[in-house]
Amino acid sequence: MRYVIRRTICAAMALVLAMTAAGCGGKAGSGSQTGKSLTVFNYSEYLDPEMIEKFTEETGIKIRYEEALTPEDMYTKYKSGAVNYDLLCTCDYMLGRLIREGEVVEIPFDSFENLDNIGKRYFDISKAFDPDHRYTLPYFWGTIGILYDTSVVKEPVDSWSVLFDHSYAGDIIMQNSIRDTYMVALKYLGYSLNTTDENEINEAQKLLIAQKPDVQAYLVDEARDEVVAGNAAMAVVYSGEAYLGHEYNENLEYVVPKEGSNIWIDSWCVTKNCKDMDAARQFLDFLCREDVAKANFEFIYYSTPNDAVVSSLPEEMKNDKALVPPDSVFENCEVCTRYDEETSRMYNELWKELKSG
Amino acid sequence: MTSEKKGWGLSFPFILWSVGFTLIPLAVITRYAFTDPDGGLTLDNVLAMGNRINGQAFLVSLLVAFICTLLCVLLAYPMVMAIRRLNLSSSAFILIFLILPMWMNFILRILAWQMILSDNGILNHFLTILGLPKVFIANTWLAVIIGVTYDYFPYMMLPIYTAVSAIEKDITEAARDLGAGTLGVFTRVIFPLSLPGLFSGITMVFVPSMTSFAVADILGGGKTQLIGNIIEQEFMRSSEMNLGSGLSISLMIFMLITLPVTVGRSGKEEGSRDI
Repeated sequence: MRYVIRRTICAAMALVLAMTAAGCGGKAGSGSQTGKSLTVFNYSEYLDPEMIEKFTEETGIKIRYEEALTPEDMYTKYKSGAVNYDLLCTCDYMLGRLIREGEVVEIPFDSFENLDNIGKRYFDISKAFDPDHRYTLPYFWGTIGILYDTSVVKEPVDSWSVLFDHSYAGDIIMQNSIRDTYMVALKYLGYSLNTTDENEINEAQKLLIAQKPDVQAYLVDEARDEVVAGNAAMAVVYSGEAYLGHEYNENLEYVVPKEGSNIWIDSWCVTKNCKDMDAARQFLDFLCREDVAKANFEFIYYSTPNDAVVSSLPEEMKNDKALVPPDSVFENCEVCTRYDEETSRMYNELWKELKSG
Repeated sequence: MTSEKKGWGLSFPFILWSVGFTLIPLAVITRYAFTDPDGGLTLDNVLAMGNRINGQAFLVSLLVAFICTLLCVLLAYPMVMAIRRLNLSSSAFILIFLILPMWMNFILRILAWQMILSDNGILNHFLTILGLPKVFIANTWLAVIIGVTYDYFPYMMLPIYTAVSAIEKDITEAARDLGAGTLGVFTRVIFPLSLPGLFSGITMVFVPSMTSFAVADILGGGKTQLIGNIIEQEFMRSSEMNLGSGLSISLMIFMLITLPVTVGRSGKEEGSRDI
C-alpha cells in the first residue's frame, strides 16, 4: 500500500515537473528538432513512462518505446531485424555478446553534460564486458543475496552455507534460473562464477543435487513473495526485490554472503542501426540527469549508479543494504560475463539433470 | 459447377487456417528438427528423446499423463450420469458451471490452485480450523497432477457428455425392460455407446498433459519436470531451436503411432454396432 501511495505521489510530482518544464520549454523548444525519433528497447517496467513524455516535450524527439521480458528475448527480437532499434538496455553478459558481435557503436561520452553524476566505479565494474568503457552506459545495478525472515532464522546469516547445511530443509527458495543457481553453488565452493572448468562446475552440480530435497521451490518473481508471506524462511533474490520485500514485511533481512556473489549491471548501448547518434546521445544524457534518474529510481527501486541521486536520498534509504549496497560488495562480487557456447550447453544439460532428479 | 465454386469459397477460411497455422508451422518445425544449427541434415535432434535425461522426463510425463487422463475419466462418468438424470434446464446450468471457469485464463486458475495448496494456503487454513493436521502438497508431483487434471477435465467431460446425451432414453428403458440393473445399463449400454466421446476426450487430454510445462513450473515449484519443460528450456533458455523442434517432432511421432490405434479401433466398434 505504501508503495502504491508513493508511486502516485511520484507520478504527481513528475507531472508537476513536466508542466514546469513545458512552461519554460518555450525557449528550449524553439530549437526543438521536430520529426526526429528514436526506437528504444528496454525491459518491461524499467523506465518511468512520464520521463519519456518529458524527453519528447523537452527535445521534440519522439520515442518509440518497446519492452521485453528477458535479455534472451531482447537479443532474439533485435537480431531478427523486424524493428530497427536505436537504443537497447540489457544486462552485462548480453552486452558483452553484442559488443563481441559488433552490434553496438561507441557512445560519444565527451559531449555528455550529466555524465559526472554516474559514479566512476560503475564504469570500472563494466570493464568485465566493455573493457575500455566505450559502448555502455550504466543504468541500474545490484547484487544477488539471501533474503531471510528474522522471525524464523534467529542467528545472523553471513554465508551461503545456510542454504547447504540442511538446517532449513524445506524452507529454502532458489532462483529458477541456470545462471543464478549455479552462481550460488560456485561462489560457496570458492570458485569464480564465470568458470569454464568442467570439474568445478560438476562439483557445483553435486552440491545442488544434494541440496534439492531441502529446496521448497525454484522460483523467479515469486521467490520474494513466498518469504514475505512466511511460506519460506529464506530465498535467493535480487537486491531490488529484497528492498521491495522489506516494504511488505519488516522482519526481512537481506545479506550478500561473505564468499561473494554476483554483481549485475544493466546498461544502455547504441546499436549500429542508429541513424541519429545526436538524438541517442541526448536521450542517454537525459537519463543521467539527476531529476530524471531520481524519477526512474523511484519507479523501480533498484540500485542506481547515479551518485547524485544516491546522495540526495534520506538516511534511512542510504543505509538499506539492498538499495545502496556497501562498498564491500565491489571487493568480493563478480560481474557475469558470457560463457562460451560449449559451457552454456554443459550448463543446460546439468540443469535438466538437476530438475529431473 | 457453381455449387462447387461456392464450396471453395466457403472452405477458404478453413484452408487459410490449415495452411497458415498448421502446415507452415509444422514445416518450419520439421525443418529445424532435422537440421543442426549450421543447416546440415541430422537425426540427432529427433533421437535426443532417447538420451538419459530426456528419456526419463518422457517416461515420467507418460505416467503423469496416464494418471491425469484416468482421473479425468473417473470424474467425468459419474458427473455425466448425474447430469443425464436431471432435466434439461438444470443440465444446461451445470454445463455453464463447467464451462464458465474456462473463460478465465488458465494461468490465473493455476495460480489460484497455488494459493489453495501452498503450505500456508486456503486448504491448510480450513484443515487447521477443523482441527486436522496440515497437508504439504505444494511443490510436489501430486500438486502438478491435481492442476493438470483440473485444467483438462472439461475437455474430457464435454465429449463424453455429448456422446452420452445422444443416447436415446428409449434404449436405456429397453435395457431396463429386458432386465438390466443400473450397473448393467451403464456397463453394457451407456459406456460402449459413449466410447467415441471417451476416445476424443483422451486425445484432447493425454498429449497436452505431457507438455503442461506452465502447470509443472507453478504447482511443482520448478522441482518437477515434464517433457514440456525440457522443450520449453531448449527454446527459451538455451536457444537450441533445433533440439527443441526435434523433441517436439519425436513426441508428435509417438502420438501419431499410438493414438490412432485406440481411436481407430473405437470407430470400428461403433460401425459394427450400427449393423
